[in-house]
Amino acid sequence: MPDIYIAILAGAFLTYLTRIGGHVILSRFERIHPRVEAALNAVPAAVLTTLVAPAALTQGLPETVTLIAAALAALYLPMLGMFALGWVMIVALRWVSAG
Amino acid sequence: MLSFISGARRAIPVILSAAPFGLLFGALAVDNGLTVFQAALMSATVYAGASQMVGIELFAGHAPAWIIAFSIFVVNLRHLLYSATTGRHIGGFSGAQKAVAFFFLIDPQFAETEREVEKSGGFSFAWYMGMGLTFYSVWLGLTVTGALFGKLLPDPKPWGIDFLLTIYFLGLVMSFRGRPFWLPVVIVSAAASVLAYKTVGSPWHVSLGALAGVVFAAAFGLRAARDA
Repeated sequence: MPDIYIAILAGAFLTYLTRIGGHVILSRFERIHPRVEAALNAVPAAVLTTLVAPAALTQGLPETVTLIAAALAALYLPMLGMFALGWVMIVALRWVSAG
Repeated sequence: MLSFISGARRAIPVILSAAPFGLLFGALAVDNGLTVFQAALMSATVYAGASQMVGIELFAGHAPAWIIAFSIFVVNLRHLLYSATTGRHIGGFSGAQKAVAFFFLIDPQFAETEREVEKSGGFSFAWYMGMGLTFYSVWLGLTVTGALFGKLLPDPKPWGIDFLLTIYFLGLVMSFRGRPFWLPVVIVSAAASVLAYKTVGSPWHVSLGALAGVVFAAAFGLRAARDA
């Protein structure tokens, strides 16, 4: 089997291990300690933040301004409204800054 | 059936924000020397956009297979946390249903299921698969479309397409703001991921930043949870 298929299938296998592994490890414990509970409740915010923060600070001014505005908009608008506003802003600000 | 459809509807914002990356991935994969079939196989089996992008960059550099597989693994380490978190909500699934469900546990799937738990207290296997299969089919279809017609794609940057996923992820972060200790966790994870991004480099900033926020919550989040 050529290397390329080995790389893809091994990558897929390891990825599946990450997706089932956390549950397999945790389900070995009868009771979940309150600290673990607090940690797990923080997972969505903790992980998703890391996918946004470097982009917010390192990509450029249009990106930084758009994300700040979108974060504020999210306090008042539903998800799709905030998303649409962010989309319009990034296109407009990039157009202005390229102009 | 109804809950399958309601889960499928949840995939709509995900499709809008992440689907362009399916096209982009297909196009770049072929650019980097993969066949259309290999690109589709990768989307069908790895099924994790960011790690697929890292993978094809390494293919182009003719890295050894084990380096490519290991890099994909590193980018996807965050799924360990998703798995542990979601596992608490699927106690009612059968063993086979769990095994299937975990395959589909990508970033938006995880975030939307967490939102659903906040909203309605839980979700069924049908709801979960409604969302999962809908996005999976679109992701696969767009990979093939991008691989076949990638040369026709316009430059995504002026249209902001490359930035949509970041906006969507930010929306998800904000949607969890009702949780106890949310702001401190966001601040710690943001600071740690930016620091790791500048020192250790990508993709480690994701795992390290997430770990910092989660450990911080374990250490200091208990009182916040009690007071809430």
